[in-house]
Amino acid sequence: MPYIPLEEHLPGITGLLEYSPLSGEPIRELTQVLLRGPSSLTEAERELIATIVSYRNNCRFCMTAHTAAADALLGEHETSAMVKQDILTAPVSNKMKALLTIAAQVAGNGKNVTPDLIQKAKDEGATDIEIHDTVLIAALFCLYNRYVDGLATVTPNNADFYEGMAQRLKEHGYVRFEEGYDHLKGQHIE
Amino acid sequence: MAYIEVEEGVPGIRSLVMFRPETGVHLYDLARVLLRGESTLSEAERELIGAYVSGRNNCGFCMNSHAAAARCLYGQDKALVDEVLKDMQASHISDKMKTLLNIAGKVQVLGKEVKEEDIAAARAQGATDKEIHDTVLIAATFSMFNRYVDGLASFTPTDPAVYEEMGRRMVEKNYQMPQKD
Repeated sequence: MPYIPLEEHLPGITGLLEYSPLSGEPIRELTQVLLRGPSSLTEAERELIATIVSYRNNCRFCMTAHTAAADALLGEHETSAMVKQDILTAPVSNKMKALLTIAAQVAGNGKNVTPDLIQKAKDEGATDIEIHDTVLIAALFCLYNRYVDGLATVTPNNADFYEGMAQRLKEHGYVRFEEGYDHLKGQHIE
Repeated sequence: MAYIEVEEGVPGIRSLVMFRPETGVHLYDLARVLLRGESTLSEAERELIGAYVSGRNNCGFCMNSHAAAARCLYGQDKALVDEVLKDMQASHISDKMKTLLNIAGKVQVLGKEVKEEDIAAARAQGATDKEIHDTVLIAATFSMFNRYVDGLASFTPTDPAVYEEMGRRMVEKNYQMPQKD
C-alpha cells in the first residue's frame, strides 16, 4: 500500500507523476531529453544506464521497467542481464563499460566518481556530453528510485505489465499521454 | 577542475546547466516548482530539507547554497538552520519538521528506508499527504542534484560570502536559468 493515495491502475512512478502534475512535468521532460533526445548514445545504451543504477539502488519497479525497455529496444534479453551481473564482461563496447562504471559509482555518491574513471571513459572515446549525460541520467534515476520506493508505490509482479510499459516507452517515450492514462484502467496488475 | 569543459569560475550546478541548457531548463523548472511553488510548507522549510539532504550527501556546494537561502528566508530565526545541520533532533525546529526531516534523511539513504512508522510519526504531527509527498520528492531531487554536482566535480567555492550572496539571489530572483554574458 502506498503511503499516500494514488490511482490504483497506475503503479510505480506513473501514479506519482499524475498525483503531482506540476512536478511531474519537468521530471518527464528531463527524462525525455536525456533518454530519447538527440544523442550519440543509443536509446538502448541510455536505458542500460537507467537499469544499472536502479539495480544498484535495489528499486525493483524501475529496474524491471528499464530492463524491459532496454530489451525491447535491443530485441534480446541477454545484454541487460549481463550488465547487471558484471559490467566489465557484458557484451557492450569498451566506452559503454566505462560509462556504466561511472553510472554505478554515481548511484553510491557523486564523489565516488574519480578522475581515473573519467579518464578511462575519455580514452575509450567518450565525449564531454556523453559523460555529462551519463552522470545526469544516473543522478536522475537516484531521484526516481527514491521517489518510487520512498512512498511505497506498488510494484507489480507480472511480466506482462512491464512488457506493456516497455512498449509504451519504446513507441511513445516519456512525455505524458495527452489523453491521460484512463485507457490503462483494467490492465492486469498484481 | 570539473571533469568536462564548463565555463571557468562558474560554480556548481550553474556551470552544468550552462553546459547543457537542454536538460538544465527542466532542472530549474523542477527546483522552482518544488521550492517556490504553492505549498503549506514554507519556502524556508523546503530549502532546509534541501540543505539537510545535501549535508548528509556530503555535497558542500548544495548544502552551503541552500543553507544560505534557508537562513535568508528564516530571517531572525536563521540560527535554526545551523542547529538542524549540526544535530537535527536536538534543534529547536518544530516537531512536525523533525518528522519530515527524519523522512528526508531516510530518503537520502534509500527509498526503502522510509518505514510506515516514519510516515505515521509525521501524520501524528499533522503532516498532510501532500507535505509527505513533497518532502520525499524534495529529498529525492537533492539526491539527484548532489550527484550531478559532485559526479562531474563542478567548482565548489570555499568563501562563505559567496554563498551568502548566492542564497540571497535564490530568494530574490527565484530559480532562473543563468544567462550567458
